[in-house]
Formats: sequence, structure tokens, C-alpha cells
Amino acid sequence: MDDARARIEQAARASYGRLVAYLAARSHDIAAAEDALSESLVAALARWPEDGVPANPEAWLMAAAKRKLIDGHRRATVRADAAPTLVLSAEAAAMQADFPDERLKLMFICAHPAIDPAARTPLMLQTVLGLDAARIGSAFLVAPEAMRKRLVRTKAKIKLAGVPFETPSAAELPARLEAVLEAIYAAFGAGGEDASSGATSAAGLVNEALWLARLLTKLAPAEPEAHGLLALMLHVEARRTAGRDTAGAFVPLAEQNPANWSRDLTAEAETALARASALTRNAGRFHLEAIVQSLHAMRAAAGSTPWTAIADLYGLIMRRTPTWGAMVAHAVAVGEAYGAEAGLRLLDPLSTNDTKSYQPFWAARAHLLAQSGDMAAAREAYGRAAGLSQDAAVRAFLLKRQAEL
Amino acid sequence: MQFAILIYEPESDVALRDDPAKAPEYWAGWTAYGQAIAAAGIMRGGEGLQPYFSGTTLRVRGGERHVQDGPYAETKEHLGGFFVIDVKDLDEALEWAARCPAAPTGSVEVRPTLTMS
Repeated sequence: MDDARARIEQAARASYGRLVAYLAARSHDIAAAEDALSESLVAALARWPEDGVPANPEAWLMAAAKRKLIDGHRRATVRADAAPTLVLSAEAAAMQADFPDERLKLMFICAHPAIDPAARTPLMLQTVLGLDAARIGSAFLVAPEAMRKRLVRTKAKIKLAGVPFETPSAAELPARLEAVLEAIYAAFGAGGEDASSGATSAAGLVNEALWLARLLTKLAPAEPEAHGLLALMLHVEARRTAGRDTAGAFVPLAEQNPANWSRDLTAEAETALARASALTRNAGRFHLEAIVQSLHAMRAAAGSTPWTAIADLYGLIMRRTPTWGAMVAHAVAVGEAYGAEAGLRLLDPLSTNDTKSYQPFWAARAHLLAQSGDMAAAREAYGRAAGLSQDAAVRAFLLKRQAEL
Repeated sequence: MQFAILIYEPESDVALRDDPAKAPEYWAGWTAYGQAIAAAGIMRGGEGLQPYFSGTTLRVRGGERHVQDGPYAETKEHLGGFFVIDVKDLDEALEWAARCPAAPTGSVEVRPTLTMS
């Protein structure tokens, strides 16, 4: 029983987005595809413990979900009151061991111009990457219930409005690219947070995001931001294991041993970055962030980090996309390049209601204050940063720093 | 004289369309209304529309397309459908508008059609 349950969870985790995308691409109804897949997972829970786990769990789930979809369609068409109960038999003929991966196509459909821009990336995160509405809501600072409603309505709109279920033409693709890039990066970030804290399911999300980013560079080879995003993610991934010591304690970037960074992933990142740079001289947001990460990676060969160049780049990023993250990173880089006081001068004006609960702001402030010698203020800032940390290892690290002052 | 009867429904009425308990009554009201118009021999056309959120609004400005999710204006009542009827005058058209199932909860606009002569 437990084995079958574990296999069902595993199959659901590994294949959710692929199955939904394939089913939705055929039914043109995302909500119906999701419902059919949920129902087939429930059916698997009833059958697999008795009949044994099928040789190809994904094909079994697909066949079951397809029958549910056809059944649901029939029901809607004839408007029969009594829902015919579906007999799930092992119809080998209906099983498809192999089916095309339509995830990226579904993501581009979610980015159709007729769809509310605020709903595009969340919709991709839910349907293709399998994040729940509460998780997406917190990432987009929207209440879970409001996010759930928005997603339900957007799926209804796609179904009713006649949005074509096709990959956009080369001419249309650039306009839809940004939302797709954002969804892939958000999934990578969400998976990364969990992966660092040791959750096994999260590594899957990180790998899916990397897989989608690689595929995107093949679908849109002329788009520098696609290569830029891949380069950025690969650089971050190359350092993931180095961000924890053998005991699981957090190791900040500055204290990581470059020998622990993945050479293969770094090399792949540099190749992607070279492609992006060959395509444009006017680097976009992800491209610029990838260059920052590439500069950090230079420490492996050069032995030191080029902070002045990083500070300049964050200045550019901040002017282009003035997010709290970019502004705090800019202040930290300026602090490293020109001294803690210079960094604090940039950080102080950011102290508003919005940054009151923003962990990176307090972590950066604590670091800069400690360097400037203001130990009392630094201790307080470390405390605030620790209190706002979601990751236990990061919290422990900040409290240790506080105690060391 | 030809009039369009433009039917504006509040969101709560639109929701009845998919409410398993109330949908039969909702649809029965519209079917009876349409049949009455047809039986009177004044039906010239009409369509029901999918809910307002399935709409998409487009403007072309400076040669560039601006596509937007949703209806032209955010209002409490939305265009849910229309009939075109051929009657003697406005008073008769208003009689028909008053019989419209949406009249007690939403609003019904009666507008003469433009006849090309």
C-alpha cells in the first residue's frame, strides 16, 4: 500500500505538468485537464495497491485521464443527469507510452495578449509547474483566495474565448516571452528555496525549470533573454551544493570554496551567456543578472571578486527594473567596492514600510553596519534579519554572526 | 420599427447559468421569453453571450494593437445578450423589454436599429 502510494506521488510529481499540458493541448480546457488528472490520481490510489503498479505509471495516468475527459465531454454534451460511472480497465490499446511534451507550448498559450497580464505567470506556475495557489499568491503578494479566483477565471476565459492552442509564430513570440521567462525563473527560485532546506520534491522543480529554460533556448534561439535566463540559473545551480557545509549549515557566497562549485554547470552557463552577448549589446534583465553571476564565478580563476564591476551592473539593473532585491544587492556591492559607509548611504533611504519585513534588507544592513564598526546597530539588524528568515540554516547563520560581534 | 433589446445582467445572474440547482429555472425563463417573441412574429434576430470575462477588448492606436483582457468598461452589469424585434413603436418595445427575465435584477436597454435607406 505504502509503496503504491509512494509511486503515485512520484509519478504525479514527475509528470504533472507534462500530463496537464498534453491533455489541455487536446481538450483546449485547462481546468478540465487538471480535474481529469486529479481523478485519475484518485483512481490510481484505489487500483494500484490491489492490481500492482503498472509498468509505465505515466501512460496509465494518461489513459485514465483521457477517458475521464472524454466521459466529461460526453456528459456535458448530452446533459445526462445520471453520470455514468467510469470503469477503469487496463486498456493497453489506449495507452501511449510516449507522448509529446507540450509544456512550453502551454506556457506560451498562457501568455496570449487576451489574457490578463497579472494572471499569465501565476497560471503557468500552477498548470505547468504544479505550484498551488497559496504558494503562488505569496510569491506575487496576493491573498491565496484572490489568486485562486483569478486563476479559475483565467482558465474559463481561455476555454470560452477561443484562444488558439498553438505555439505562437516567430513574429508573436517575443511579446509573450517575458511572462514565460518569469514563470521559469519563479519556479527555479521556489524550488531552490526548498532544495536548499533539503526537501526532496524541490529538486524536481529546479530540474524542471532548468529543462524548460534549455528547451526555450532551442525554441527561441534568437532571443538573448532566453540564453541570459539559462546562464543565470546555471550559475546559481553550479553553486547550490557549496551553499551548505557537510553539517547542513549555511555558507554565504563570499565564504564558499570555489573548488566546490560545479565546473560542468559553470561551463554550460558561460556558453549560454556568450550566446546571449553575441545576440545583443543592449542586455536585458536576465542577461545582466547572468553577467553578475559570471563575475562572481571569476573568483574561481582570479582568486578575487570584481566588486566594482558588479556594483556598476547592479546600478544598471536597478534603473531597468527597480525591485527591492536589485536595490539591496546594489547597496551591498557598493559596500564591498567602495566601503561600508558608501553602501549604507544607499541602503538608508530604502528604509520604509515596504522593507520593514524584507529579510534581505536587514541582512544587508547588518553586514554593512558590522563592517562600519557600529556593533550595537549591527546586532539589532542581525536579530531582525534572523527573525524574518524562513530558512532555518540561514536563521542559524545570522544568529551566529550576531553572537560573534 | 426595429429595436435592439440589449440585456445587461448583474454578475450574480450570470453565475446562475452554471449553478446546478438554479440553472434550469434560469434557462427556462430565457427559453420562454424567446419563444414568446417568436410566437408574436416580431423576432428579427438575437444571440446570448458568454460571460463578460471571456471577452477581449482591442484598440489600434498609432498603428499598434492594444489587446486587453475583459470588457471595455468595468461595470456591475454586463451585456449578456440581445434580441432584435420589429414592433410598432417604443412603447411596444418597452412592453417586451419589461417581460425580459433580466429586467427585475439587471437592466434592459431599448435602442432603435439604424436602417439604411
